[in-house]
Amino acid sequence: MNIVVLLKAVPVVGTERLGGDLLTDRSVQLEANGNDEYLLEKALKLTETHGGEVSLLTVGPSNATEPLRKALAMGAARAVHIADDGVRGSDMRATLAILAAALARMEYDLVFAGADTSDGQGGVLGAALASRLGLPYLSYASEIEPLPDGGVRIQRISQAGYDVLEAPTPAVVMGTQLLGAPRYPALRGIMQARSKPIDTWALADLELDPGSVGAGAATTRTLSSDKPQERAGATFVREPAEVAVAQIVDFLASRRLI
Amino acid sequence: MGEIWAVGELVDGAPTKLTLELATLAQQLAQSAGAEARAVLVGPGAAAAAGVVAGYGPAVIAVDTDASLADRPVSSVVAARVAALIAERNPSIVLVGASNDGKDVAGNLLGMTDLPMLANAAGVEWQRSAPQVEMSTFGGKLLTHSTFNGERGIVIVRPSSVTAEPAAAAGSVETVVLDSVSELPQVRVTNRVEEAGAAAPIEEARIIVGGGRGVGNQEGFRLIEDLAEALGGAVGATRAVVDSGWIGYGQQIGQTGKIVKPALYVACGISGAIQHKVGVQTAGTIVAINRDPDAPIAEFADLFVVGDLFEIVPRLAEAIRARRSGGG
Repeated sequence: MNIVVLLKAVPVVGTERLGGDLLTDRSVQLEANGNDEYLLEKALKLTETHGGEVSLLTVGPSNATEPLRKALAMGAARAVHIADDGVRGSDMRATLAILAAALARMEYDLVFAGADTSDGQGGVLGAALASRLGLPYLSYASEIEPLPDGGVRIQRISQAGYDVLEAPTPAVVMGTQLLGAPRYPALRGIMQARSKPIDTWALADLELDPGSVGAGAATTRTLSSDKPQERAGATFVREPAEVAVAQIVDFLASRRLI
Repeated sequence: MGEIWAVGELVDGAPTKLTLELATLAQQLAQSAGAEARAVLVGPGAAAAAGVVAGYGPAVIAVDTDASLADRPVSSVVAARVAALIAERNPSIVLVGASNDGKDVAGNLLGMTDLPMLANAAGVEWQRSAPQVEMSTFGGKLLTHSTFNGERGIVIVRPSSVTAEPAAAAGSVETVVLDSVSELPQVRVTNRVEEAGAAAPIEEARIIVGGGRGVGNQEGFRLIEDLAEALGGAVGATRAVVDSGWIGYGQQIGQTGKIVKPALYVACGISGAIQHKVGVQTAGTIVAINRDPDAPIAEFADLFVVGDLFEIVPRLAEAIRARRSGGG
């Protein structure tokens, strides 16, 4: 079973900022998007048990190689890095077109996507890729397993519990943190990762018109960026429990919350 | 100016709170834009539910579906039909809710229609003949405004971005039978499992009581559930609590969980790390109960009660119940 994991290289959580052009500044240190790492871990476990290889796919600047190396050290076999100056400023349509073109050139049974990203929180590209590529889409997975007939079965979280979903492969699966915590790379993995291939593809390799992606082709734009209004600051209550409770009740009543 | 649509969501045949919010928002935007507002409802019982949604102003397009689609994921059934309607009628703006199913629908629509998309809206206003979409960016560090360069696009709207308000005049209801729908590749729902102790959904709750690592253990978490019940609210949790298995993932608030905007959030034994903060910082009122007055939650709480939650929370639940039964 061969699995492609979509891995977004995002600014280290807490350090994100916009550049003067109101695009996310990705020249800072990048790390693998936390939600993508759960899928990587699950992909590694599945291939360890059932055979096959895990490939990584990312679209990002040259410094995205650092999180790719870490993911290779965790156990992925190879990585495809779409790196092209023309990609910068791509909107969701263009990002979808780039990922779809890249996947069309890769071999896989499953494509794994994380629930969303720390710097965008869209969480929709998995669904978009599936409908664009004509593949079954299974989402919000808390468990993923192969079926004997070559299909895939997942548990999809629901408010009541979970739904069991089945589909033939190839398919796109979007998963959650319930798939399990990602492993730390072992020293041996880190050594091996140095010789694992990272294929760098440009837009030309994807036969995409450079005029159809990037900032110039964007169909959306950021107009402004402001600091959010600060909350007024907390009023502290440092009384014994009985008194504190009375004060909480008064406070809630004054705001008509009870 | 083309139409402004809201894509609704039905749960057991009833429109969700988020659906009514989207209907309200579509109506507001349409009024500002001088356009027509429509809500699209797809699913079993769509026609029956249409009247409720039309009460919020938009004209409703109801597409009933039959039992032959019952074993497909809801989002794939909705997306295929909304895509067919979009192709037929070319609306300008399509609003979709940021629920799990809503995001799946929106993603499927992006792949099928190739319309421009703005995700994660915390508010939408009509400005200079275009929707201006407010987003809380980078975990709330920035408030950004974005728009479409052209006339059309899909906006994914978070719960509680707008207050649902019935309109003075209800919209019309149109029941539609679609002839040519290209279904999405088949995924079969082979089983729906209900787990014991499923908690009330946090997305729609006006009041949420959240528990963090400070509650100590599963037993301690029962105090959180009891306070939520006393307040008539839902139970939320930090990731640490969910990872410990004290409550299900559906209740997780924060970066890898849900982003909520209740009128009241009571945070018990929650330090307020950035990953949790991003999920709840826009709550109307935040009350923190924590032993450590230096916990980061002090930065975004309105009332910070320094003390032992095991002493305070049960007494608070009792006081609220007493107040309620006293009619006060």
